[in-house]
Amino acid sequence: MKTVYVDNNATTQVAPEVLEAMLPYFSEFYGNPSSMHFFGGQVQKQVNEAREKVADFLGADPSEIVFTSCGTESDNAAIFGTLDSYPEKRHFITSRVEHPAVMNVSSYLSRKGYRTTDISVDREGRLDLDELKEAITDHTVIVSFMYANNETGVIFPIDEIGQIVKSNGIPFHTDAVQAAGKIPLHMKKSTVDLLSISGHKLHAPKGIGVLYIRKGTKFSPFMIGGHQEKGRRGGTENVPYIIGLGKACELAKKHLEDENTRVRALRDYLESKILEKIPNTLVNGDSKNRLPNTVSVSFEYVEGESILLLLSDLGICASSGSACTSGSLEPSHVLRAMGVPFTAAHGSIRFSLSIYNTKEEMDYIIEHLPPIIQRLRDISPFWKDYLKSQGKK
Amino acid sequence: MWDYTEKVKDHFLNPRNVGEVENPDGTGEVGSLACGDALRLSFKLDEQKKIKEAKFKTFGCASAIASSSALTEIIKGMTLEEAEKVTNQDIANYLGGLPEEKMHCSVMGREALESAIANYRGQKVVKEDFEIVCKCFGVTDREIIKAIQENDLKTVEQVTYYTKAGGGCAQCHPKIEAIIEQVRKEMEKEGLAPKPEKRKLTNIQKIKLIEETLGREIVPALKADGGDIDLIDIDGSKVYVALRGKCSFCPSSEFTLKQYVESKLKEFVSDDLVVEEVKP
Repeated sequence: MKTVYVDNNATTQVAPEVLEAMLPYFSEFYGNPSSMHFFGGQVQKQVNEAREKVADFLGADPSEIVFTSCGTESDNAAIFGTLDSYPEKRHFITSRVEHPAVMNVSSYLSRKGYRTTDISVDREGRLDLDELKEAITDHTVIVSFMYANNETGVIFPIDEIGQIVKSNGIPFHTDAVQAAGKIPLHMKKSTVDLLSISGHKLHAPKGIGVLYIRKGTKFSPFMIGGHQEKGRRGGTENVPYIIGLGKACELAKKHLEDENTRVRALRDYLESKILEKIPNTLVNGDSKNRLPNTVSVSFEYVEGESILLLLSDLGICASSGSACTSGSLEPSHVLRAMGVPFTAAHGSIRFSLSIYNTKEEMDYIIEHLPPIIQRLRDISPFWKDYLKSQGKK
Repeated sequence: MWDYTEKVKDHFLNPRNVGEVENPDGTGEVGSLACGDALRLSFKLDEQKKIKEAKFKTFGCASAIASSSALTEIIKGMTLEEAEKVTNQDIANYLGGLPEEKMHCSVMGREALESAIANYRGQKVVKEDFEIVCKCFGVTDREIIKAIQENDLKTVEQVTYYTKAGGGCAQCHPKIEAIIEQVRKEMEKEGLAPKPEKRKLTNIQKIKLIEETLGREIVPALKADGGDIDLIDIDGSKVYVALRGKCSFCPSSEFTLKQYVESKLKEFVSDDLVVEEVKP
């Protein structure tokens, strides 16, 4: 059975070039970059080069790049590192559709006595900027919004938000884990102070992330330890992974155009064919401001886990915002925050593409998805009720 | 990914008895679109009053579909008196087991069967007669009590896995806890529930063990947050503690107590311990 992998917002294939670049640092070049001898020094040179590649990819200065272990660590470090720098301020602002790495920090803070505000989104997943303007106070210590949503791909107007936040003199963090590699990022032209990215979402391996910290931003280290990363993150550098991420960023910069033309066209093709072939299907999220690789579709009257397992049986790997797949009993907080009706929220499926996907793969999905949905609708008691209500047999 | 048995996969991929029986003798429907799963069961009896035909329609995940399919296979050929005795555990066993988080799918099967039999007998299972405990999923006290009794449930988490109650906003957790306590007390009286597996402790042993557990498992974590905890008294299964330092005015202290201290004491000392805070 062939594997059609369209779950790239969950994780991506490590690019062969990335793996190749990493391998010598597991064997031959095992030195510690902090060492005084030539053996460590040659590794440090390579780490610096990787840092430059990451900086180049983000339109930043290499001194603004801090390597971390993952996107979650970057998000935590950005928020806690800022809170620590402003101990007198006790108000945190984020949105209702964040990744757990920010959302659960928000609920943790509220348990710890902070005031937290979660800004709403509309039916299309767009942030309510007026609500944000009203929420900001003198006590607001940091504002954190995701750049693009992992479930729907909806992109927030980060620069516009940044202007609102910065005009109040408040540090601004964005979780750009899903945006990096899919849309252009340029920190020198941006208002963002802190930005998180994760290696394994852009064809580097799991276990490496970056926190961008704009020069002049107040920041206390989250991981306390040695002098590494200019005292901003203790812990011996994860050299092979840093080298891998450097390579991945170099490739991502190169592939950005492909991502926004060919991948976008594949996604649009998949989306339009699904809508054409399967009735009672709707797309979740603002179509105008959406990542080029993501589509979240809801199939009414069927449940997501069942769809995923039937797809999986055919080698197709996607994901769902349904309750059953998350292990919780309620559908995804993102779809609920958007007010997606229950008829549709439980039957949501996310396809997220990468540069490695092909038109043949899209055709394979388009061929097999409609009978799967029909099969589940034939089992579902609500589908027949719906048809009856429509006056069909 | 869920760890489903081959039997679950088989009944999901090749569900038996899908559809609706024509001119059924009994039908039952449980669940809703909002809840994320629903099952409509219908059956027909033969001359000997045995279930000749049973069919289902289900909206839900793989284990919900497999449980429905299993249910129809189990009850075929049974008299209603026999079918009445089918428990959710029978459905789960038929499938070679379900992940605990998915046990509510088997409970849904049993409830649909109950409702269909009642329908045949001209009775009605009226939800309004019972108190809705979980508003998010519309679960009544009766359903929770039944799940506790039939499956020997001990914690709120387990009740959620089996009935969905408490799986939404969590506001009903104290109420579920009270129901568990009450039902288990009754079960123990009737000798239905196996006594707590942990050895029976004398009071002195219990106090010592609680002190040890607090010192080892709880105090270091609280101290890290600038707090501390003192053991004030023990009365039966109630453990009275006072929070000190930063913890004593922390708004999340109730959470700290319930979720953390109690779970540790239950784990290391005895399942029946309940923690109460003594305010200074």
